Amino acid sequence: MLIDWNNFTPWTALAGGALIGAASALFILFNGRIAGITGILGGLLRPKLRDIGWRLAFILGLIAAPAVWLSFAALPDIQIEASDTLLAVAGLIVGIGTRYGSGCTSGHGVCGISRLSRRSIIATLAFMATGVLTVYVVRHLLGA
Amino acid sequence: MKNHISNTAALTFSLLSGLIFGLGLILAGMANPAKVLAFLDLAGLWDPSLGLVMGGAIGVAIIAFTIAKKRNLSYLGFSIQLPTNRIIDKRLVLGSLAFGIGWGLVGICPAPAFVLLGAGSTKGLIFVVAMVIGMGIYELLESYGKSSHK
Repeated sequence: MLIDWNNFTPWTALAGGALIGAASALFILFNGRIAGITGILGGLLRPKLRDIGWRLAFILGLIAAPAVWLSFAALPDIQIEASDTLLAVAGLIVGIGTRYGSGCTSGHGVCGISRLSRRSIIATLAFMATGVLTVYVVRHLLGA
Repeated sequence: MKNHISNTAALTFSLLSGLIFGLGLILAGMANPAKVLAFLDLAGLWDPSLGLVMGGAIGVAIIAFTIAKKRNLSYLGFSIQLPTNRIIDKRLVLGSLAFGIGWGLVGICPAPAFVLLGAGSTKGLIFVVAMVIGMGIYELLESYGKSSHK
């Protein structure tokens, strides 16, 4: 295995991770909810009137993050090489898959593992495995 | 006990949690799909950073969830709603396997998708719209499945 030492960013990775953990901590301890984006967004498609506000507020917070970041520093690089068609296909698969699997990287990967949930540990291993496999097929077998 | 979190304090904490979550994603490099793909590319030049993102997040969140498990009410007085489902079924495994394929194709998962949208990325917008349509398809399949079983 070859490690990309030039792009390895251990400190910002740990600090950013700690912020993500702190956000999840605030959310469960103050609002009593799991900070899982799939569940928060998915619930808006089955709207219960009194649930709409907090769901929208959380998503609005995510959307506002780049603007808030920009008021202190320049945004780091964002590179998306995928074509628009591939993005649409991937978005569809992610939308359907996360709802059937009841969660994504936030709900299962961060909150679920922190709860020591067996379901979430299995879900995380499953999407990590196909994530790695998909990149392997696309980059190394198809040579894209 | 309040089941519905709808007062001003709750909305403020929702907004704040989403914002801190998003800032964390940006700082961690998770909002850059190329960096996410570099983490998933074990056979190429591997960037292990995102493993540390997960480690840092879990290291902090595990304390909060340990506290939350012992409480019935949140600090704002809302019921703490932890998932109760313990069943490992086909839906969980197949859904997660599918999610990983979509994630591996472009390097975007649901939370960073909204950060990309906020950064003004058209590609982020395309992904978010497709993802919401995907979730809508799930809702349709679910309601169809339920009505056909009656």
